Amino acid sequence: MATSKTLTHEFFKGFWEVLPPFRLVLGLCPTLAVTTMAENGIGMGLATTFVLVFSNIIIASIKSIIPKKVRIASYIMVIATFVVIVELMMKAYFYSISEKLGIFIPLIVVNCIILGRAEAFASKNPIYLSAADGLGIGLGYTMSLFLISSIREILGTGMFFGMSVMWDGFEPFSFMVKAPGAFICLGILLATINRIANK
Amino acid sequence: MSMQKDYIKMVVVLTAIATVCGFLLAAVKDFTAARIEQQILVNVKGPAVLRVLDTSTNDLFADRREITVEDRKYVVFVGKKEDKIWAAAFESSGGGFGGDIGVMVGFNLETDQLAGIGILTHQETPGLGARVTETSFTDRFKGKPITTVFKVKKDGGEIDALSGATNSSRGVCEAIDKTIKLYPAIKKQVLEN
Repeated sequence: MATSKTLTHEFFKGFWEVLPPFRLVLGLCPTLAVTTMAENGIGMGLATTFVLVFSNIIIASIKSIIPKKVRIASYIMVIATFVVIVELMMKAYFYSISEKLGIFIPLIVVNCIILGRAEAFASKNPIYLSAADGLGIGLGYTMSLFLISSIREILGTGMFFGMSVMWDGFEPFSFMVKAPGAFICLGILLATINRIANK
Repeated sequence: MSMQKDYIKMVVVLTAIATVCGFLLAAVKDFTAARIEQQILVNVKGPAVLRVLDTSTNDLFADRREITVEDRKYVVFVGKKEDKIWAAAFESSGGGFGGDIGVMVGFNLETDQLAGIGILTHQETPGLGARVTETSFTDRFKGKPITTVFKVKKDGGEIDALSGATNSSRGVCEAIDKTIKLYPAIKKQVLEN
């Protein structure tokens, strides 16, 4: 592993090798809660990506001055700051989607992917690699949320980005947009991806 | 000695991070405040005003003005029918079950009745208190004269509370009650200008 620490590797590993939430089974709360529409999935993914990239950059650049005993508190402070920034920015520029995501935007603070990357990666690696890591993992996460939310929106409502895409007389499985549908959808995708990965 | 030094370093580092974060957030909040207010105006208050004063023929949005009553500023939306002012709406809030409930209250200036109300913001329980947003509840206030005692019946008033949501109904009544107190002063200023 140590030999393969290149920029491209750190960026692309987020798309398969440690793809969240399927390969790293982290960040499941938003994965289950907000993925009822493709639009919400992308919004959540990009908000998380923003926080991941910037918290990784800042943590990587101040890691040498943070005493070990208070590192988690310091990381959380940095993360929380970026989460509030993203929350205010979304309210100011993307009001309708920030209304739909609601409480799940402030809850990005407790998304384990972010603290996980800070602790496992940014605190041990140089700034440019940490930025690549954050961006790759964030975009991988966005992709995963988009996948789940597309499946749920299409099957659950017969729509995709609010437009009707199924044939006439299609009966939506409305349970797909409810909580049990989220679990079942995630379970099937996890099983499928594990199957492919273990081959 | 070295342990003491460790502690000092911890305090200094945490304080420094918190200070920088605090300043950064204050700056971002400042930067976005006007824009967020604008968004809320367009996305939340606008639709509520349109519902509350739905028979107006003017652009309610453009015809809004700031009115100062007792050193506090209120954004008042003025409704016109064929260029004649007939109604005004402004917002207030009352304490519900889960937090403040923001209410847009519209007044018919000709008859001194409520033209209607709309719920702007709330954190009430879904399925119980959150039903205050439904028209079955908000319509209970339509056409009520301003002399009505805006309290739920349990408190000696004239308003039927939603069953299972007395506190939420109280919050809405409280908000309306506040606007009733401001109403004479605001009516005067709206008609004067």
